[in-house]
Amino acid sequence: MSAYTARFRVWRGDAEGGGLKDYDVEVNDGEVVLDIIHRLQATQATDLAVRWNCKAGKCGSCSAEINGRPRLMCMTRMSVFTRDETITVTPLRAFPVVRDLVTDVSFNYAKAREIPAFVPPKGVAAGEYRMAQVDVERSQEFRKCIECFLCQDTCHVVRDHEENKGAFAGPRFLMRVAELDMHPLDAAAADGGPTRAESAQDDHGLGYCNITKCCTEVCPEHIHITDNALIPLKERAVDRKYDPLVWLGSKIRRRGQ
Amino acid sequence: MSYVERHAYDVVVVGAGGAGLRAAIEAREQGLRTAVICKSLFGKAHTVMAEGGIAASMGNVNSGDNWQVHFRDTMRGGKFLNHWRMAELHAKEAPDRVWELETWGALFDRTPDGKISQRNFGGHEYPRLAHVGDRTGLELIRTLQQKVVSLQQEDFADSGDYESRLKVFQECTVTRILKSPDGAVAGVFGYVRESGRLFVIDAPAVVLATGGIGKSFKVTSNSWEYTGDGHALALLAGAPLINMEFIQFHPTGMVWPPSVKGILVTESVRGDGGVLRNSEGKRFMFGYVPDVFKEKYAQTEEEADGWYTDPDHHRRPPELLPRDEVARAINSEVKAGRGSPHGGVFLDVSTRMTPEEITRRLPSMHHQFKELADVDITAEAMEVGPTCHYMMGGVAVDPDTAAAAGVPGLFAAGEVAGGMHGSNRLGGNSLSDLLVFGRRAGLYAAQYATGLGDARPVADDEQIDRAAAEALRPFGAAEAAAGGSGTDAGGPSGSAGEAAPAVPVENPYTLHQELQQVMNDLVGIIRRAPEMEQALDRLAVLRERAERAGVEGHRQFNPGWHLAIDLRNMLLVSECVARAALERTESRGGHTRDDHPDMDRTWRKVNLVCELSDAAGGAVDLHRRPTAAIRPDLLDLFERDELLKYLTDEELDA
Repeated sequence: MSAYTARFRVWRGDAEGGGLKDYDVEVNDGEVVLDIIHRLQATQATDLAVRWNCKAGKCGSCSAEINGRPRLMCMTRMSVFTRDETITVTPLRAFPVVRDLVTDVSFNYAKAREIPAFVPPKGVAAGEYRMAQVDVERSQEFRKCIECFLCQDTCHVVRDHEENKGAFAGPRFLMRVAELDMHPLDAAAADGGPTRAESAQDDHGLGYCNITKCCTEVCPEHIHITDNALIPLKERAVDRKYDPLVWLGSKIRRRGQ
Repeated sequence: MSYVERHAYDVVVVGAGGAGLRAAIEAREQGLRTAVICKSLFGKAHTVMAEGGIAASMGNVNSGDNWQVHFRDTMRGGKFLNHWRMAELHAKEAPDRVWELETWGALFDRTPDGKISQRNFGGHEYPRLAHVGDRTGLELIRTLQQKVVSLQQEDFADSGDYESRLKVFQECTVTRILKSPDGAVAGVFGYVRESGRLFVIDAPAVVLATGGIGKSFKVTSNSWEYTGDGHALALLAGAPLINMEFIQFHPTGMVWPPSVKGILVTESVRGDGGVLRNSEGKRFMFGYVPDVFKEKYAQTEEEADGWYTDPDHHRRPPELLPRDEVARAINSEVKAGRGSPHGGVFLDVSTRMTPEEITRRLPSMHHQFKELADVDITAEAMEVGPTCHYMMGGVAVDPDTAAAAGVPGLFAAGEVAGGMHGSNRLGGNSLSDLLVFGRRAGLYAAQYATGLGDARPVADDEQIDRAAAEALRPFGAAEAAAGGSGTDAGGPSGSAGEAAPAVPVENPYTLHQELQQVMNDLVGIIRRAPEMEQALDRLAVLRERAERAGVEGHRQFNPGWHLAIDLRNMLLVSECVARAALERTESRGGHTRDDHPDMDRTWRKVNLVCELSDAAGGAVDLHRRPTAAIRPDLLDLFERDELLKYLTDEELDA
């Protein structure tokens, strides 16, 4: 394979507005979309704004929409497109534009703060934690998350519904709740408080999710967000809410405090 | 005076990787108002790229391990140039720092009895690296990030404000350390990447935790953030740097396709059984075991292969020699014409582990090669070659307090600090270094700030004006070249341009590429005096051209402007590297001289120190400083025969 010239359409602008701009740009063997964006910066548009860091799919910085699909630019190889295809790169649609391909992702950081942190088990000193591999693996899958926020971007609950953002944590942070729920030693509910699954339902908008799996489809880490995190979380939230014995037990325990 | 935002904190941490976040957590837990400043989004630090693990002698897999063994391995790896006290503290405290992460929610891989699993790694005598598959760095960052959030949640419960005592200023760059007239730290000056606004944070204590310098090299595993900012900030503030000639070239970076050249292939591939072969199919590492390591490494493939299952009765495979040895060996094989099609060598796990085992133990490597190179590592060999990976040199610090020499209030931890790793760092010792010395830097920065009481140093306005003019100069250069026709640089202080240069504006991207080529070709993995002299000449020209680096557009999220500013740092640090490398006429660890191929015991007694002749950014001044004598009880951990390879007879008989 040899070098060729590709047609790129890149969204340029800021919060005030903007539009797609056409560029013809060189493409070489083995390159990814981020390489092409960098070549544009170095040769035709020195002020083209883009986030990136590791260039190896590990940091989750270079999220954008490529031909309308949320993707990491560093993990999108040019060889998946035909040579005469126009490649359109636009910023993540669910978040406000700062400039060009850079969006204001502070929504995600605000949601992260709303999820109560890991609660260490009482009476277990540092160094004394004992957990079986099989038990940590469920949460470990979710901790592969690189926080690229593609799932947050694609989730239809917020993608076109700004009004839902207040009540809905989004797949990434509901998965964080699931991760803590499945952590073998998390003691959040140890003293009779709500379980992680209940708070997902009551405080973080789990009920908005209708498991269409859009989040799972865009996850560059191939985490089974819907099947392994959201559905089990829904099941556990429902179990506790509608199981009269569990309900009664929790009331009695709480009263005894 | 220029318009700048103004904030005040007790402790400012520059950098939000492992060291920075650990420092910030400590300073906040000491009760101090703490700010963290990072160039990227919170949680994207380069630490996430660390794959293999955190070295800590917990002894979970082999109970023979303890801090003394870890200390010994660290000193051997660094060829005894390490500051012994840092190596001692590091080995002693690493287990506590790892266990602490579990109480903050980290989930490491487990042993069958439920403890933290530990894996083998180059240069470590026992399985020592706590790990999570091959994404340990991500686990470390996420755990620290979530600990920061949990502290913010506590503060919110107290005050109704998440950021009342610990605030992350994300996507901000610091361009200057501010000082009082008597030379103490008074704060930092920087800009907000998103808006281009300038800011000052007044603070009596500043912790540098900015990481490394890899972006000065063409082939590197480092991200764009690694522009030597902390190294340069320390120099410009009057602090000395040591050991700048020692740069670790990781033996296994990807070599194809070109756009990912340099991206890391974790050492765990070798720790878990991967072997290196040349184009003739030969496991060439057996021919490259240096004399100092002869007794410790297997001589035959049978013996090496036996080690994975029965390490007590077999010596380890030579693929697990320290990184500097392996990188040089690969370099030699390629040079001798026995390289792979794209100029590397073959790293193979496919013939040594089942596909299931490979995808379980090395999931991100499997993913990375599949996605980026279209190579299935369960079925075929990887092509790998050396890549610029880690800076051993850095700010000369007090080993116990992480305080920078000569600048009260300045601290440094992690890759930006020098001394801990001597001439070569062992894999896994970086993440533990971040935690051990990040915590210490945060602790002692907090103590220092508290000790000052109300007598806090203040930076004068003139210093802030100068910092503002310096930061905005790239816009001035563009304006001047355009005939000074007053394009709005995007802010109230946008017209800070200086007298019009009569020469054209330089493109910062072009300058950066030229710098990377110079360092790669002339001060790279194998060094020669004439080439380094040539590099110094070319760096001087680049430095002069960089003064004219100009950018278009406005100040809002303008990467060309950001790079123009970062160039100052990369050029300063590159000059330190080249000067020190030219001066040290021996080969040791991450410094290999073609014209001086042997290690020389008398050079072990010498640290090369770089300082600036004046804070405005004058010439780099290089001088020699004797290394600290190693405490006798620590020397007693080694056999005399081994010590004789490193220490002079006089040192040993003293």
